[in-house]
Amino acid sequence: MPPISFTVNGKRETVNVTPDTPLLWVLRDTLGLTGTKFGCGIAQCGACTVHLDGVATRTCVLPVSAVAGKRVTTIEGLSKNRSHAVQRAWIEEDVPQCGYCQSGQIMAAAALLAKTPHPTDADIDTAMTNICRCGTYQRIRAAIHRAAQGA
Amino acid sequence: MSAAPEITRRDFLDAASVAGAGLVIGFHLPATGRGRPAAVAAPFAPNAWLRINSDESILVVVDRSEMGQGVTTSLPMLLAEELEADWSKIRIEFAPADKAYVNPMFGMQGTGGSTSVRAAYTPLRKAGAAAREMLLSAAAETWGVEKSTCRAEQGAVIHTPSNRRLTYGTLVVKAATVPLPHDVPLKEPKDWKILGTRVKRLDSPPKVDGSAQFGIDVKAPGMLVAVIARSPVFGGKVQSFDAAKAKAVPGVKHVVQISTGVAIVADGYWSAKKGRDALTVTWDEGPTASASSVTISQLFSQKAEQTGAVARHDGDAQGALPGAATKLDAAYELPFLAHATMEPMNCTAHVRPDGVDIWAPTQFQTGAQGLGAGIGGVPPEKVKVHTTYLGGGFGRRFELDFIKEALETSKATGAPVKVVWSREDDIRNAQYRPASYHRFQAGLDASGQPVAWTHRVVAPSIMARVFPDTVKNGLDQEAVEGGVGMPYAVPNVHVDYVLTDTGIPVGFWRSVNNSYNGFAVETFIDELAHAAKKDPYEYRRDLLGKAPRHLGVLNLAASKAGWGTPLPAGRARGIAVYKAFESFVAEVAEVSVGSDGAPRVHRVVCAVDCGPVVNPDIVEAQMQSAIVYGLTAALWGEITIDKGRVQQSNFHDYRMLRLAEMPVVEVHIVPSTDAQGGVGEPGTPPIAPAVCNALFVLTGKRIRKLPIGKMA
Repeated sequence: MPPISFTVNGKRETVNVTPDTPLLWVLRDTLGLTGTKFGCGIAQCGACTVHLDGVATRTCVLPVSAVAGKRVTTIEGLSKNRSHAVQRAWIEEDVPQCGYCQSGQIMAAAALLAKTPHPTDADIDTAMTNICRCGTYQRIRAAIHRAAQGA
Repeated sequence: MSAAPEITRRDFLDAASVAGAGLVIGFHLPATGRGRPAAVAAPFAPNAWLRINSDESILVVVDRSEMGQGVTTSLPMLLAEELEADWSKIRIEFAPADKAYVNPMFGMQGTGGSTSVRAAYTPLRKAGAAAREMLLSAAAETWGVEKSTCRAEQGAVIHTPSNRRLTYGTLVVKAATVPLPHDVPLKEPKDWKILGTRVKRLDSPPKVDGSAQFGIDVKAPGMLVAVIARSPVFGGKVQSFDAAKAKAVPGVKHVVQISTGVAIVADGYWSAKKGRDALTVTWDEGPTASASSVTISQLFSQKAEQTGAVARHDGDAQGALPGAATKLDAAYELPFLAHATMEPMNCTAHVRPDGVDIWAPTQFQTGAQGLGAGIGGVPPEKVKVHTTYLGGGFGRRFELDFIKEALETSKATGAPVKVVWSREDDIRNAQYRPASYHRFQAGLDASGQPVAWTHRVVAPSIMARVFPDTVKNGLDQEAVEGGVGMPYAVPNVHVDYVLTDTGIPVGFWRSVNNSYNGFAVETFIDELAHAAKKDPYEYRRDLLGKAPRHLGVLNLAASKAGWGTPLPAGRARGIAVYKAFESFVAEVAEVSVGSDGAPRVHRVVCAVDCGPVVNPDIVEAQMQSAIVYGLTAALWGEITIDKGRVQQSNFHDYRMLRLAEMPVVEVHIVPSTDAQGGVGEPGTPPIAPAVCNALFVLTGKRIRKLPIGKMA
């Protein structure tokens, strides 16, 4: 098992795990970054979403070997003190209920806004395919629009 | 469940209605001695829920599980209102398992039945009021003035004549010496500053930066991670297994047999899962191996021909039917449903000779404690239950199966073990919302008024598994809830129940049996309205003259939805009204059918009467949430069985509603001083019938079987 190196939240990490281990479990079990969640294991729900070189990526099916040399941002690294516009908007709209899917929702929303600073409802429909069992979708939509206004 | 409940769930619900009528709920004082709650020590801890420190911080011990329904905000609001606390100083901690934290509506420490706010409404306000009086006394003593000249405000006591001020933090040492006052009067709602307002959730900040700790995030020193190989058929047993290949997977430490199967214990989830993939198990599949959805459906329709246990009998429905001008006869059928909480089941346990620790996203703390004592062979007080945030509950986490697996695996390996379920494990090993079958007959007179209504419920019984003593003479009163409560004025009503076991385990699921009875009753009454050639809203309204709270929400929802006003072409409205958990909810759905035959719900107008409201923003959120939960099930939700196996496995074949499919939901709250009801579940039952009634207007096709799927 050759070591695999990549950057997580600005810090260089080197891990010794079997190369097929999904990035999700490396983040959670090896690096102790538990903000990224396990929901389905088949890239259906998006609870495991991080930014990989700035792109929203589902990590439960992404082998860590594919991440070598890349830049990963997790919910823990999105901002200091919850200062990202999406996080502030999420608090302002009181989006979370159980909260379990929200790391992934926020990472997906942040990636959307980075690419499309003023998304339409249709843009939001297309980009936000993460599952929330508490049904917070209406508030997610409102919070994205709010974040687009600078929260 | 292993713990013997002191009272049954039916009793809780009875207690709920009594509580609403003025039952005084006991004021729980902190347990003393060895049972004393483990919450942090503070100078001023006048009861089990409150700790005030000299740094002004106010710790509220939350004794219900936070699974999204907002208890980490709504319960502290109750206490803070009477305490006259500075809300910005409130911090929360989850309660340990302890007698002091028993849910007064349950007789055990658990969260469910939409009881959290109702059960805490009086005790937590009393706790806050008593503490406030003690702080007032402490300040008056400090100043040597009459207590009556002092007032409490924003976390401080003020001597009104001199305007002197002492903050609570400076009073805690003296306040701790003041005798606990009894029967302190509670504030009038008109004087509320916190209750009834849109206080921001205290759990939002940790839920937007990844710091909220869910069960699956627990890490204990030396902890191993286990996944379990379980029988593919319900009730199957391990016949033999070959662990050699599993043990060869790097990272796998142990392979041990436990009661539900074989545990593969490794240094992390991925190794454990690969170990399970490599494991060979031969199962004794047992008698359920022949069960299938087809045979269950046949069994239901056969059972519907039998006479059931009588649940409600008014007048003489059988006698009135033959003479009716119009007769209706219909059968409804609903499937098993899985909960699919976003956080898969998990539990971390450490079983040691001297005690047990359990870290769990659980709805049932004393159940977990009892189980830990049994498996650990230690007294219950040696079992510490650490409740984490729950990534969804919906009744699934009232079960103890995942806790038992962690306890058994830890005991077998001697290590702290976190058992983690995959999504496939979750979908295939649940205690499902019961499938059910409903046979209705009704008779209308010449003017369309109903003269007779019969409803036979055929379904497995949750209570027969969980609290079997409550099922008497074949009647599970929970199973017919909402069928018995059919609110329309019909002179002759007969409701009965045929308890029908299918071998498939059934359990609590958001709104439980109300989810199926609500659909059946509220669709069938729509059939009556159609047969009577009446508007379905007006028909309901005219039959609810003696049900004012049903009527109130029905009228409000209809009015806010613009019932009767034109809609864009291809859209129609449907309506439903239902009482559950002592709250009343009406919903109007605006629906169309796409060119692919798929129903699309555009807008839902919801009216709710839940009595006095603690936090309207949370009530709205719960209605939105309950509607999504019920709508997802109505559109696609179905667990099917073949050869005793669940055929669905994950979100690709057990479909969830996503953001693009979300209707606009508008929630309107009826101002009410009536008896308080719950809010977590009552929004779920009306959505399926409201949508199906709208689809009938559009297509002329009556949907009597869920899920809806595509309109052919």
